Amino acid sequence: MELVLVCLIGILYASGMYMILRRSMVKLLLGILLLGNATNILIFLLGNLTAGKPPVIPPDLKVFNDIYADPIPQALILTAIVISFGLTAFAIVLLKRVYVLVDSDDLDDLNTPEEEDI
Amino acid sequence: MTDNSIIAPLIIHLLAALLQLAFWRKTVTQRYISVVAAFLGLVSAASLFYKVYSGGILIMNAANWRAPFGIVFVADLFSSSLVLITAIASLAVSVFSAAGINRARMLYGYFPIFHFLVMGLNGAFLTGDIFNLYVWFEVIIISSFVLMTLGGRKAQLEGAVKYMALNILASMFFLTGIGVLYGITGSLNMADLALRIPKVQNQSLIHLTSVFFLLGFGIKSAVFPLYFWLPSSYHTPPSAVAATFGGLLTKVGIYALFRVFTLLFTPDDNLKNLLVILAVFTIVTGMFGALIKDNIRRLFSSLIVCHIGFMIGGLGLYSKIAMMGAVFYLFHDILVKTNMFLIAGLIRQFRGSMNLKLLGGIYGQYPKISLVIALVLFSLVGVPPLSGFWPKLYLIEAGFDMKQFFLVGTIIAGSFVTLYVIARMWSEAFWKNPSGDARIQDTFASLPRHKKTFLVLPVVVLCFCSVMIGLDAQFIIEVVDRITDEMINTAPYIKAVLG
Repeated sequence: MELVLVCLIGILYASGMYMILRRSMVKLLLGILLLGNATNILIFLLGNLTAGKPPVIPPDLKVFNDIYADPIPQALILTAIVISFGLTAFAIVLLKRVYVLVDSDDLDDLNTPEEEDI
Repeated sequence: MTDNSIIAPLIIHLLAALLQLAFWRKTVTQRYISVVAAFLGLVSAASLFYKVYSGGILIMNAANWRAPFGIVFVADLFSSSLVLITAIASLAVSVFSAAGINRARMLYGYFPIFHFLVMGLNGAFLTGDIFNLYVWFEVIIISSFVLMTLGGRKAQLEGAVKYMALNILASMFFLTGIGVLYGITGSLNMADLALRIPKVQNQSLIHLTSVFFLLGFGIKSAVFPLYFWLPSSYHTPPSAVAATFGGLLTKVGIYALFRVFTLLFTPDDNLKNLLVILAVFTIVTGMFGALIKDNIRRLFSSLIVCHIGFMIGGLGLYSKIAMMGAVFYLFHDILVKTNMFLIAGLIRQFRGSMNLKLLGGIYGQYPKISLVIALVLFSLVGVPPLSGFWPKLYLIEAGFDMKQFFLVGTIIAGSFVTLYVIARMWSEAFWKNPSGDARIQDTFASLPRHKKTFLVLPVVVLCFCSVMIGLDAQFIIEVVDRITDEMINTAPYIKAVLG
């Protein structure tokens, strides 16, 4: 399982970086999404995967006496997902407005020259 | 010592923002709430600073979960003095905004978002938990995205795309670093991490992780070669917004770099050399950028980059004197850079333009305000005894001590170029005869008296603070001396948090 996730993270980071380096705004957005997911899975993996051992102390015991799945990485990922949801929503609206105003999907067209400053 | 009042600066701005949401279309009420809340924020920040200055580090455990299990807020001298300076700068921006932001922007929530931004800044300074720091950074960048795009002019949105993409990328690097750090050590509390990191067997893994933090905070604080979003976006929003951004946002990145690279990681020689090299390139590229700009705010944006290099250089030298210089420069820079962009807003009101070619004759028309502005410019350049002089003295002294003559030379060259571009700006905008271009129009003269006061007063107050820092440098040096002691000897911080 770890090996699959490691490969997946690598592919997501690489493709996310590649997409961000393209000139299209839609690809920029997709790249940001891929990088966000790569990071989330990385945190998930680094919290040590433990299958079928929920972090709940059995009623007849006072403390854990067995290995258990760490809940903190999942809390971290949940927070990160919510934040990236908000950021993505903003990014989509922003890029759409820019597309309407500039009438281009090319990031290199986003250069109002200094002479037009007020 | 536990004291729940340390998050008061944060709560006040949160409540102000929520209250303003209730008065969504009442822009006059929002202005009153904003100024009152910023003033209360200043009072609470000042009392926090006094408590920490006289009584030592204060902490607050969220929901009474003891560190390292719960989120902890820590006010040491470094964070509380930054909260105080942020409060001064945000009060100035709040008063300036009351007259300088047009009503259309206020109707779309300028003031609530501004207070959310200041809340995020205070949270970032006060938190003692690395993941919580990430969350505060996200609060800051989401608010800043909205402030940057509010108004929706074409140039603004173009700048916002670059700003958004690179800041989200920075957050990803930061989050990746946190994930790896948690995987290695199993903790998120900064004091706990400071104890666990030296015990990790594989130290090269730790050095690798620290590079994630360097990248993330490097993008946010605009360090070479990661700063290109800054000069292409900071000239687009209204001046009050640019003042908040230029004065405070990049400096949070610097704060985080100092916190992470003194408390958590101890840089090895390679990383120190890398920081010094980055500082040299940041100063050089920033100063060349400033040389060729004709628009005042583009010029100031490049100067921000140039002066970030001074602080990174101080961190790279990593001696006590160098860090004293860098922290002192940080305090001075927040006040002066905020003031510079407010001045750019004033010039826009005087002439309706910020292009040096079109400007002229401001000194002849407004001699008193011009003299105040001149004081601020002197302070930025670092004329003794104003606030910009003392930190550079420390930085240069530390550079000689550590035999980093190249960095010393660059700092001196950077200061001279700052002097040159500021002198050029002064002669073009203030002394040159008015250009008589048809696009020039004075909107300031026709403003009602109270609006004029609101626009000028923040500039004067911030200028007064800069002058006082310069004249009463002994006090600041004592504070900075204690801050760097806390940075070098982290045991009191760890003891205060973990008990």
